[in-house]
Amino acid sequence: MTTAPEAIVGEYKWGFYDPEEALFKANKGLSREIVNVISDMKGEPQWMREFRLRALEIFWQKQDPPWGSPQLKEIDFDDIHYYVKATDRDERSWDDVPEYIRRTFDRLGIPEAERKYLAGVGAQYDSEVVYHNIREDLEKQGVIFLGTDQALKEHEDIFKEYFGTVVPPGDNRYAALNSAVWSGGSFIYVPKGVKVEIPLQAYFRINTQNMGQFERTLIIADEGSQVHYVEGCTAPIYRSDSLHSAVVEIIVKRGARVRYTTIQNWSNNVYNLVTKRAVAYQDAVMEWVDGNLGSKLTMKYPSVYLMEPGAHGEILSLAFAGKGQHQDAGGKIVHAASNTTSTIISKSLSKDGGRTSYRGLLKVYEGCENVKSTVRCDALLLDEESRSDTYPTMEIDAPDVHIQHEAYVSKLGEDQLFYLMSRGLSEEAAAKMIVNGFVEPIVKELPMEYAVELNRLIELQMEGAVG
Amino acid sequence: MSTLLEIRDLRAKIGEKEILKGVNLVINAGEIHAIMGPNGSGKSTLANVLMGNPAYEVTGGDIVFKGESVLEMSPDERARKGLFLAFQYPVPIPGVTLVNFLRQAVNAVRGEEVPIREFREKLFSKMELLKVDQDFARRYVNDGFSGGEKKRAEMLQMAVLEPAMAILDETDSGLDIDALRTVADAVNKLMNPNMGLLLITHYQRLLNHIRPQFVHVLVDGRIARSGGPELAEYLEARGYDEFLAELARA
Repeated sequence: MTTAPEAIVGEYKWGFYDPEEALFKANKGLSREIVNVISDMKGEPQWMREFRLRALEIFWQKQDPPWGSPQLKEIDFDDIHYYVKATDRDERSWDDVPEYIRRTFDRLGIPEAERKYLAGVGAQYDSEVVYHNIREDLEKQGVIFLGTDQALKEHEDIFKEYFGTVVPPGDNRYAALNSAVWSGGSFIYVPKGVKVEIPLQAYFRINTQNMGQFERTLIIADEGSQVHYVEGCTAPIYRSDSLHSAVVEIIVKRGARVRYTTIQNWSNNVYNLVTKRAVAYQDAVMEWVDGNLGSKLTMKYPSVYLMEPGAHGEILSLAFAGKGQHQDAGGKIVHAASNTTSTIISKSLSKDGGRTSYRGLLKVYEGCENVKSTVRCDALLLDEESRSDTYPTMEIDAPDVHIQHEAYVSKLGEDQLFYLMSRGLSEEAAAKMIVNGFVEPIVKELPMEYAVELNRLIELQMEGAVG
Repeated sequence: MSTLLEIRDLRAKIGEKEILKGVNLVINAGEIHAIMGPNGSGKSTLANVLMGNPAYEVTGGDIVFKGESVLEMSPDERARKGLFLAFQYPVPIPGVTLVNFLRQAVNAVRGEEVPIREFREKLFSKMELLKVDQDFARRYVNDGFSGGEKKRAEMLQMAVLEPAMAILDETDSGLDIDALRTVADAVNKLMNPNMGLLLITHYQRLLNHIRPQFVHVLVDGRIARSGGPELAEYLEARGYDEFLAELARA
């Protein structure tokens, strides 16, 4: 298919595209040759090439999980460009980024956000990171924030120590695929005791049609350190589908604290199949704040492995499925040590026949004492055609465990609407207010700018929801 | 004296069950009316139908408010015209603070964005008037409120929205005697000569605190008798059973 992209710009504001001006675009399809080309172009060490090729074999052997969405079968792996390089430099100044790419990120508001309220920004366009910068004071304290490819070049020792240890290629089919063809993503290292008080952000943009984006993010928070990383993502609306399959690995060392916030707003032609996992050591805190609004199909269950006593894991998941969308989201917490605690809060909204699923795993290993966990899933259906399901799994192999689990599904209430309308609010304003209240427990955890953005996205999704 | 609300031969049903069977009532500015009646007589239906609750279907008659029929108006249009209903069971809206809710409601009812400063001044002065704690406004609307708190929140909404005509549906239900006095004091402070008030209540006790000029007894979807405050006392003394028996004999 080489027809011109058809931009169907409707309610989705970010559906514009740039004419494709890639320096290099791999032919469609997946082969050892393509993997070798990627590795050659990146000038990688031999161990990484071998890692990729091993992962490719695993991908070819692995099946989709039996519980996975039937839509997975619609993905044509031969119809995807696995590597599209728009530029060969990861710049530190926006002035050096090719102009058409810079314009895209301007439209997305990234440089402006960087000036106003971020400690560092990364920007990925198709396969490659085109910009990465971090505030000088943080750099002086030893904080590393780089594109993952660049980090492999500049910090191979620390990279090699952790890469692939949290999510091995054999974890699942899409982790294997990512491991074979990964490109871009963020690498963060925060040294002992350093607290990065304001967020670092990365923005992922797919531009090319039939493109697979496979970024790979690795975050290491050394003892007693702290960091908040935020990612956002959008893509043009094309008639044909794209694939986004990322792997995120996070190591939270003793007493450290990491928060990873995602506002995923892919266009509705993107399959979003992402593996995100963190390991938390003694007294460490790992928090996932995962907002899924876009994509055709999302399957994503951020997880935390609590490896040592005192570790705490938290997953706040928000999903909004509109017409033709399926958000299969949730989280996994594994208690592998005593005196560990965890919370999962999931809020999902479905409208216009959209479907949300909460899929969660709570596991407590044998011998773990004094474990506490709270799981709460709320689903709100905005109309009769929409659907929500809950698939919670608990594997508890220890006696001294305190678990609370609650799940509610509700419909947008006539009594709530009437109450708010009796105070002068139009039906649409009333519905928006109810929805905003519903998602408030997640939104209030976001930095103000993102909370505003998320509320705006939800309002856009809500347009025409009533009446 | 100007007529605010005129209810003409109003008939309404929920499902297939006819509940209002021809209610007539006129309320002028400055008047306080009370509608009393036994359980199942249609009191709450009347309140809901006046506000336009879509769960009820109007099958006949008319509701004329400020000289215009509101039958075809949605609840929000009626609110913007100056009608207010204090709910018997105020509905929780989790995650929405009372202050945000009130601000949107004030903007909606006024049809323009009220400057934040002006809004806050108004809100705080009304909270002071009603002796409501400032923290109250930061709580989620009716979420985890006690019975008394819910009714006070309703009164606060009425105070801030300043309706021309307020209907209080069983505002006394679920309140202990102190809470009842607090809420009644609030209503008395908010009542003014340009406003109409319709109290819907099962018991006379609310009427010891808010004195109506007119009392009506609703029985089986119709107003069976109207009178002054003495009618409420008469009812209280006899009880509904005896009153109904007396009606049957007449």
